[in-house]
Amino acid sequence: MVVFKRDPNIIKKVLGNKVQFLLGDMACVYGGIIAGCSFFGGYPITPASEVAEGMARMLPRVGGTYIQMEDEIGSIAAVIGAAWGGSKSMTATSGPGFSLMMENYGYAVMTETPCVIVNVQRTGPSTGQPTLGAQGDMMQVRWGTHGDLEAIALAPSTVQECLDFTIEAFNLSEKYRTPVCVMTDGEVGHLRERIILPEESELNLIERVQASIDKDKFIPFSNSQTRESKVPDFPTFGTGYRTYVTGLTHNEKGFPATDKQKDHEKLLKRITSKITDDKDKLVMVEKTKLEDAKIAFVTYGASARPTETAIEFARKKGIKVGMLRLKLVWPFPEKEIEMLSKQVDKIIVPEMNLGQVVHPVKEAACGNCEVISAPKIGGEMHLPEEILKYLGDF
Amino acid sequence: MAEIRNANELNKKYLREGMWPTIFCNGCGHGVVLEYTFWALEELGWDMDKVAFASGIGCSSRLPGYINADGLHTTHGRAIAFATGIKAANPDLNIIVFTGDGDCAGIGGNHFIHAARRNIDMTVIMINNFIYGMTGGQLAPTAPLNSFATTAPYGNIEHPFDICNLAKSLGANYVARWTVSHPYKPIKSVKDALQKKGFSLVEFMAPCPTAYGRRNKLGDIKKHWDWYDNNTILMEDYNRIMEYGSEKEKNEIIHKFPIGVFQDIEKPGFFEQYEKLVERLIPREEKKSEKAKVVVKK
Repeated sequence: MVVFKRDPNIIKKVLGNKVQFLLGDMACVYGGIIAGCSFFGGYPITPASEVAEGMARMLPRVGGTYIQMEDEIGSIAAVIGAAWGGSKSMTATSGPGFSLMMENYGYAVMTETPCVIVNVQRTGPSTGQPTLGAQGDMMQVRWGTHGDLEAIALAPSTVQECLDFTIEAFNLSEKYRTPVCVMTDGEVGHLRERIILPEESELNLIERVQASIDKDKFIPFSNSQTRESKVPDFPTFGTGYRTYVTGLTHNEKGFPATDKQKDHEKLLKRITSKITDDKDKLVMVEKTKLEDAKIAFVTYGASARPTETAIEFARKKGIKVGMLRLKLVWPFPEKEIEMLSKQVDKIIVPEMNLGQVVHPVKEAACGNCEVISAPKIGGEMHLPEEILKYLGDF
Repeated sequence: MAEIRNANELNKKYLREGMWPTIFCNGCGHGVVLEYTFWALEELGWDMDKVAFASGIGCSSRLPGYINADGLHTTHGRAIAFATGIKAANPDLNIIVFTGDGDCAGIGGNHFIHAARRNIDMTVIMINNFIYGMTGGQLAPTAPLNSFATTAPYGNIEHPFDICNLAKSLGANYVARWTVSHPYKPIKSVKDALQKKGFSLVEFMAPCPTAYGRRNKLGDIKKHWDWYDNNTILMEDYNRIMEYGSEKEKNEIIHKFPIGVFQDIEKPGFFEQYEKLVERLIPREEKKSEKAKVVVKK
């Protein structure tokens, strides 16, 4: 039987040179391997297939398991099962596959299962434009599954970030025991750029806190019994804790409590507040030329790239404009946006959809300034001049 | 370890405290299947810390909750896919999936097909009561022709699914069907299935007097068990009559469910194949070196 253990030497050997010219999707593979991912369940879908292909090539070489499942529902199911079996696990998909994963994504939230989903976004509804990039699922990741939840989602703008954010996604998923999504897109996923692999000493990998106290005293679904945290310690299957895990509303012991209002409220408040309590710590934004800005772009992912060029043009013409780039879109950095809305006269939100993240921006800006959506759809990125026209006479 | 002599002692050892009472109705067959599984596990003497259960949604899928072991009660139809992941992460675990006819043959059919085809190392125990019991008696994919359900109020016009023949055709290593009215052979079947590498399936025909029985004149549990006696035939008899019997004899059994062992073969399981792949890829010297931490143990 193959028992996986992360080995930096083997990982280094398998991944190769420190500096590489790499595809965005492959960078997600590298990030996963570096983070210690030992299980990948996948299903082919454009533009995410390269992640599965990369994992099929690399995972067996580091001793992990790759299985091509029968569909995306099976992929995320196997990924969650693998987490309970003790693996760090991930899958990758795009719009339609992400839609199929929604039920089990909610299951992972409810059962507090750490895992990573890479979503190389395209557009829809339905099959849409399979080969082209878009940011179609920014709201689906937040609200797509039924019920109340707090999502954690990162949005890389570069190939380097595909790698870095996949590692970060594993860290956050282990820390909060919740599924974490890397919301890349067809543009960044199919982009080739120079990347630098992190040294082992630069990594701060967060590992799952395993259940360690007496088996009789262990309570699987409450605040941690060994540290100050709302995240319970993890009773990996096979370690003797004999835990019952259910997607039904459950009490602290994990037993179904489907008709108990108080149990449901207690459970949901804990699994949402374990994330919202840390909202300020979870802010990941990049500020560009905002110090003196009167107009600000708020954007993320691929859309940030033409926005950056547009800012350079505008600054040359003397327009005081800057950018707040959301590296982590969910939980939404409301305070950052609120502060920005008090500084600038106008916030413009370029997105590769008909306006999704613009809504929480409006909510956080709360009327302090004008908020405008700058959509671009059809599978193309904004041209810088298309963004510039939102700055008025140009 | 003291020898288990009766069902009370068996239950004390294997049932999880604090989950009672069960959700099951009077006359339900699920408890019988659970008991048979316990006996099989007891005969094998397995460490229950190394047995993990998975299930989907439905009455049968509640069984892992009553077992003192790790259990993953998942989403409707997906238990087998979840179980695939558990096994991949820890091949030392023995995986048992409890599922029903709706969960396995209906919504979860695709996962079942592919796990059987891949020969994933797990034992699936499908409890077939011909009905969606938990939701109140809707038509199941295994429901016999002309049977009644809330969503087949004028009688079922669909042809039912034979999950055992399906698993057999997919090359599953072990396939058997029994009814809960047979006491000893099913226990041996579960035991054989558990010991088998690769994919194994045991289907149990079990009564649902509340949702199926009442609508099909089998509400009385004795009638239900008699129905099994009259509508099943041992595999050996079935095969003999189909090969050598007269037309009259064949016509008498054609509608009956063959019960017994459908398939018992030895094909390498998925994880055995995967292990060979990893061994091929990870150079031997790395395995032997002290620094390497990928442990390959037999």
